[in-house]
Amino acid sequence: MNTEKLNALKLSAANVRKMILEGVHSAKSGHPGGSLSAADILTYLYKEEMNVDPKNPKNPDRDRFVMSKGHASPLVYAVLAEFGFIPKEDIKTFRKADSYLQGHPDMKGTNGVDMSTGSLGQGISAACGMALAGKYDKKDYRVYAILGDGECEEGQVWEAAMFAAHYKLDNLCAFLDFNGLQIDGDITEVMNPTPFDKKFEAFGWNVIVIDGHNFEEIENAVNTAKATKGKPTMVIANTTKGKDVSFMENDANWHGAAPNDEQFEKGMADIEEVIKSIGGAC
Amino acid sequence: MYAIGEKKATREAYGAALAEFGADERVVVLDADLSPATKTGTFKKAFPERFFNCGIAEGNMMSVAAGLSTCGKIPFASSFAMFAAGRAFEQIRNAIGYPKLNVKIGATHAGISVGEDGATHQCLEDIGLMRTIPNMVILNPADCQEARLAVKAAIDHQGPVYLRFGRLAVPTIFGEDYKFEIGKGVQLADGKDVTIIATGLMVAHALEAKTILEEQGISARIINMHTIKPIDRDIIIKAAKETGAIVTAEEHNIIGGLGSAVAEVLCEECPVPMLRVGTLDTFGRSGAPAKLFEIYGLDAKTIVEKAKEAIAKK
Repeated sequence: MNTEKLNALKLSAANVRKMILEGVHSAKSGHPGGSLSAADILTYLYKEEMNVDPKNPKNPDRDRFVMSKGHASPLVYAVLAEFGFIPKEDIKTFRKADSYLQGHPDMKGTNGVDMSTGSLGQGISAACGMALAGKYDKKDYRVYAILGDGECEEGQVWEAAMFAAHYKLDNLCAFLDFNGLQIDGDITEVMNPTPFDKKFEAFGWNVIVIDGHNFEEIENAVNTAKATKGKPTMVIANTTKGKDVSFMENDANWHGAAPNDEQFEKGMADIEEVIKSIGGAC
Repeated sequence: MYAIGEKKATREAYGAALAEFGADERVVVLDADLSPATKTGTFKKAFPERFFNCGIAEGNMMSVAAGLSTCGKIPFASSFAMFAAGRAFEQIRNAIGYPKLNVKIGATHAGISVGEDGATHQCLEDIGLMRTIPNMVILNPADCQEARLAVKAAIDHQGPVYLRFGRLAVPTIFGEDYKFEIGKGVQLADGKDVTIIATGLMVAHALEAKTILEEQGISARIINMHTIKPIDRDIIIKAAKETGAIVTAEEHNIIGGLGSAVAEVLCEECPVPMLRVGTLDTFGRSGAPAKLFEIYGLDAKTIVEKAKEAIAKK
């Protein structure tokens, strides 16, 4: 990946992270930790990969995205704002009673949201349904999803894992945001769902393990998934919960808590530092 | 298609209707390893490329159906009522009801008439569960003719529909000319002393009760309430005003089902004496369906008793 493309991706991801903070700060609630951890993945998908058009968001031939860990709605809305699906100023209305930006994604009210999610384990199944429809209709679109690591404690994830492999849904590419933390702490201490790689392999998936904050690795994984026939792909992305906001990183307490004014300023300054460090992009 | 008096289970009509109306290429059918029982096997035979077995995983099946519907398909997700409405309630609520997706839930083996399989498989709560989900339409056909038309109506309706079918063979009541419209109850016989509002296989029992009541000099109006939601308020209010007493009859817990829906309308609009026939907040048991109807009071005899009791309360 050339430097220009890489820096542009880093800048977009930083903008997305700022909007994540703006959303949860304004709402005084929401889920920043797991939004920040998956920000690079979703930024890459919308900026570089997915065939989607803000002016024609219901195009039947478009690629689909399902945020299976629906509590990462601040990330979904930030990405939709960054890429023109919703106005950036609306981010501040997140979770307010007169806003369409619901606490968890609502496909009926938000331009660009392909599936309503929030109850864990269900989004990946819905993504399977979309991929199955694409296969049946012989369409070229691809379906992307982001799963939480804690979410994999839900039995339904494994029902979906069986289903996707059984129907050879090679047009489905899921990312597992492996940040290692859930509400009650370390995922291996709460209810250990690992090892993810061996489990998904055993279920018949093509498994790729990457650094979820490395755009080249994300790109390679997406391309490998596209080239893989007869199997769905699970990209296990090692990530940092709260990525790029110093005091939120690797702290489960920031799973579902909003920063106060002071913390918000600090967090925004942290991300500004990241932007400054991106050579030549500003 | 179904001769009046012919005994056949509504699940048979479900499978046959899927095969008949499944010529519409948007229709896809999902099942959870029960296709010989739910009769979706009939569709599978006709359109194997549009039948998708989901295995014994009902939660996933409902969410897959939701995903399929976002891509223009009309999925019929099929299982026993217990596992469709019961096990997968939350998937139906969040992935189908909330986004108002065009998914049809074909729930067979509803009610106590499942018989010998016993309480774990006798779903007496599904109407109550489904009724509390906004956007959900609930259809509970009384015979095969109505079941066939209900499948067609569900395809034509944009949005989620819960269809309730039975395992037990029931007599065909309606002829070829029978008209079915979602949300419109059907008056099957007029009467002036009491109205019996029945749904599903209890409609046949209600008609039987009417004959018994007639012999005792009591005139009963019979209404077939095939749509539990949206409930036909007008036909209930009219019956209350004109006959002054109501009895509901359903193969479901008296809590949460047709009786509750009718009581809500009556209390708000036109309070009159009303009694409910259904299972009395209890689980079922193994046994032959006819014997279970007798044990749990889901028969013409009980309807007759309740009708007389309701009249006495006027």
